[in-house]
Amino acid sequence: MNYEVVGITVLWTFLYGYLIVASVDFGAGFFSYYTKRTKKNHLIHNIIQRYLSPVWEVTNVFLVFFFIGIVGFFPDTAYYYGTALLVPGSVAIILLAIRGSYYAFATYGAKESGLYNFLYGATGLLIPASLTTVLTISEGGYVVVEDGNVRLQYGELFGSLYSWGVVILAIVSVLFISASFLTYYASRAKDSNALELLRKYALIWSFPSIGMGVIVFFLLSKRNLGHFQNMMDIWWVFAISFVAFIIATYLIWNRRNYGTAFVMVMIQYFAAFFGYGASHLPYLLYPYLTIYDGFTNESMAIALIIAFIAGLLLLIPSLYLLMRLFLFDADYVEGKK
Amino acid sequence: MFLEYDPVLYSRILTALTLAFHVIFATIGVGIPLMIAIAEWMGIKRNDPHYTLMARRWARGFVVTVAVGVVTGTAIGLQLSLLWPNFMQAAGHTIGLPMFMETFAFFFEAIFLGIYLYTWDRFKSKLKHFLLVIPIVIGATASAFFISTVNAFMNAPQGFELVNGILTDVSPLSAMFNPATPTKISHVIITCYLTSSFILGAIAAINLLKGKNHVYHKKVLHLTMLSAAIFAIGTAVIGDLSGKYLHEYQPEKLAAAEWHFETEREAALILGGILTEDNEVRGAIKIPYALSILAGGTPDTVVVGLNDFPEEELPPLWIHYAFDVMVFIGMYLAAISILFVVMNWMKKWNAFNRPLLWAVFAGGPLSMLAIQSGWFFTEVGRQPWILNQVMTVAEGATTSQHVDIMLVVFAILYLVLGVTCVKVLRRMFKNNPVEHELEERGITHSGNRKAN
Ligand code: HDD
Ligand code: HEM
Ligand code: HEM
Repeated sequence: MNYEVVGITVLWTFLYGYLIVASVDFGAGFFSYYTKRTKKNHLIHNIIQRYLSPVWEVTNVFLVFFFIGIVGFFPDTAYYYGTALLVPGSVAIILLAIRGSYYAFATYGAKESGLYNFLYGATGLLIPASLTTVLTISEGGYVVVEDGNVRLQYGELFGSLYSWGVVILAIVSVLFISASFLTYYASRAKDSNALELLRKYALIWSFPSIGMGVIVFFLLSKRNLGHFQNMMDIWWVFAISFVAFIIATYLIWNRRNYGTAFVMVMIQYFAAFFGYGASHLPYLLYPYLTIYDGFTNESMAIALIIAFIAGLLLLIPSLYLLMRLFLFDADYVEGKK
Repeated sequence: MFLEYDPVLYSRILTALTLAFHVIFATIGVGIPLMIAIAEWMGIKRNDPHYTLMARRWARGFVVTVAVGVVTGTAIGLQLSLLWPNFMQAAGHTIGLPMFMETFAFFFEAIFLGIYLYTWDRFKSKLKHFLLVIPIVIGATASAFFISTVNAFMNAPQGFELVNGILTDVSPLSAMFNPATPTKISHVIITCYLTSSFILGAIAAINLLKGKNHVYHKKVLHLTMLSAAIFAIGTAVIGDLSGKYLHEYQPEKLAAAEWHFETEREAALILGGILTEDNEVRGAIKIPYALSILAGGTPDTVVVGLNDFPEEELPPLWIHYAFDVMVFIGMYLAAISILFVVMNWMKKWNAFNRPLLWAVFAGGPLSMLAIQSGWFFTEVGRQPWILNQVMTVAEGATTSQHVDIMLVVFAILYLVLGVTCVKVLRRMFKNNPVEHELEERGITHSGNRKAN
């Protein structure tokens, strides 16, 4: 593997990490708000609070890691995406800012507020929608470069079926991933009321998520045939994803092995996400930017990779500690600590 | 907008706004963990639950400010790419390393903060819980360290060759450890500590002024002022070294800060004053030789004057006031904290007299003002360069439309966040005053736990 591929793999892995942990978080926010409106909040409130409170800040760092890292490894992305994404990027920042701070205000500020809850729930769906714009744009055709200036074609973006397809896919995936994780968490907490409700949510959102995946797949063939054909070449990756989905849904349906079911959901998205990413290469932005012409110099690449390995040595034990204390500690999960 | 649309101008204003807002929370974010650690340690050492309660209460408030720090930090991190794409393209090649390492520092801090907050009563040994705060202190200080090296690089870029506009021969470590790094990082970190001590001290002072005479507040005040005295002395010493750095590497910034026009030895330091149209200084206090001493350590150091630089490469001269405000507040904070410590040490004197309490209280907001004016001084003093002598601000900026609208939107966002944050913090501590919490936890006035 050359440095370029190592670099993008590292970044893509962190983006995948963000996809999972952030989906859990975003979906939880939405379910929390929704159940409040439907007066079922007492059922799942504790589960959501106990899981989210210790980890919300960690979630955000996954995203920061990605966008700082991509500028380090591929400085030219700053030029292309930076210029094109001013407005959608700012919208995402604002939503993230509202969400993060109002979560803290509501949780630690110790006052129930309908507004805080609404903001927390609504941003949970809007953020994934706005962040996926980046993936949409990367397919090409939405950005033009004229006399040295990068411009985003808003008409094209808002008028395209593909970009709306991706938005819906993102939202339903968030709800599915989140519900299947929380189902598992509720089962560990031995909280059968929460379990029933969350299991229902997981099942409701399972078929829309796979259905949208298939729809977006075919919409892509209209948008970017080259990429679509690359995806067809590695069809087996998406087959793995599909099988993992079937197993996950089967297990949840039969009220068995919720832990394995969630791992299957992770595999489902892992395969799809990496299949999508790998077939996108070498392009970072069709047709302007590839990982080869946008790459940093060699000494920086080596330095970043060394820093990354050193960083992992620090992080993995710490993350393990966090999980042991809050995710796998039965007493904590059950609310006895 | 009333002005003609200029993406460079609006990008500058928006960057300044976001950073100025972020740095409020970032400064607290770097300093408070250290104070929490000190208080928790004292609590264990002296077996005094008052100190442990301090750590608990500070940690509770801290989470709220961290949240705003995190979201505004995320904003500035993304905004750098959105507003300064050309700069980030160049910076990515040279200074990507510390930025990347900064995210690891955040990660580390975030993980342990999560653990720390939710494990107060989970371990049998108190020491175990104390150990958890250490990674938070390290992570917070390390993030200030890494991001300050990036800013140092902007002031004293090195570690690369620029051949026909293309960066070659990059050495990430030499870019990171440039001549500005030692003074920059040490001054930034120690002023974060200083400011945090004073802010916590100011809260104790206002409580005492309101007539809450619990010994808890006195202990807070003593602890914070003692730390502040140490940090204030360190700040002044490192500030002096920063002046020497400027003399050597950015003489135009020093000259602009001091309205120093003629190159000369035995240069005087100018405090305050106004500048007339033909660049004469009026109404200022002049301290003879002081500028030469600040710049080189001896009265006969030659300090280059503004007239010896090309006019289009000079920063705006109003940074003089920003510099003065910072230095004045630095002296003030040192004086007040040392006075308090000395008076408290002399048993016969009453350190808790009202004028001194008011002076301590004023130190809280003033120290934050010093942070702001210090940053405005160094950032505006770098103009017109974004990378000193390498790339101008205009070359680094975006060409995008709509920066003006974004400026308005973000201004509203920060206003709302700032106001809510203050409201939430006030409510948190009002609803649960120290006296109440002490009682609830069964801690007596003298700091012993009631037998029960
Ligand atoms: C509580 C805040 C505070 C206080 C009391 C002081 N400073 Fe400061 N100063 C800062 C907070 C600060 C800062 C905000 O942290 C800056 C801005 C950028 C930087 O590197 O540190 C800074 C920058 C800064 C610079 C510019 C460095 C550069 O551009 O690279 C100089 C020369 C000084 N300071 C000197 C002093 C002196 C002589 C002080 C006398 C006591 C002093 N500072 C007190
Ligand atoms: C956190 C405290 C900081 C404050 C309050 C601050 C303040 C400012 C101000 C006022 C400007 C506008 C200058 C002008 O246009 O006249 C500016 C510009 C800028 N700052 Fe800082 N700054 C801070 C730290 C940093 C750090 C640590 C970095 C480096 C990563 C940085 C990067 C920039 C950039 C890229 C610009 C735009 C270019 C320019 O105008 O020079 N700033 N900042
Ligand atoms: C010298 C000025 C700065 C200092 C001392 C500083 C320090 C900090 C600290 C301590 C935090 C953690 C939040 C908290 O504990 O309150 C934070 C957050 C953050 N800062 Fe700054 N910062 C500075 C300037 C900048 C600049 C210029 C950038 C842009 C690259 C930046 C990017 C970030 C990001 C992305 C976060 C959020 C990290 C997360 O998700 O946890 N900071 N900063």
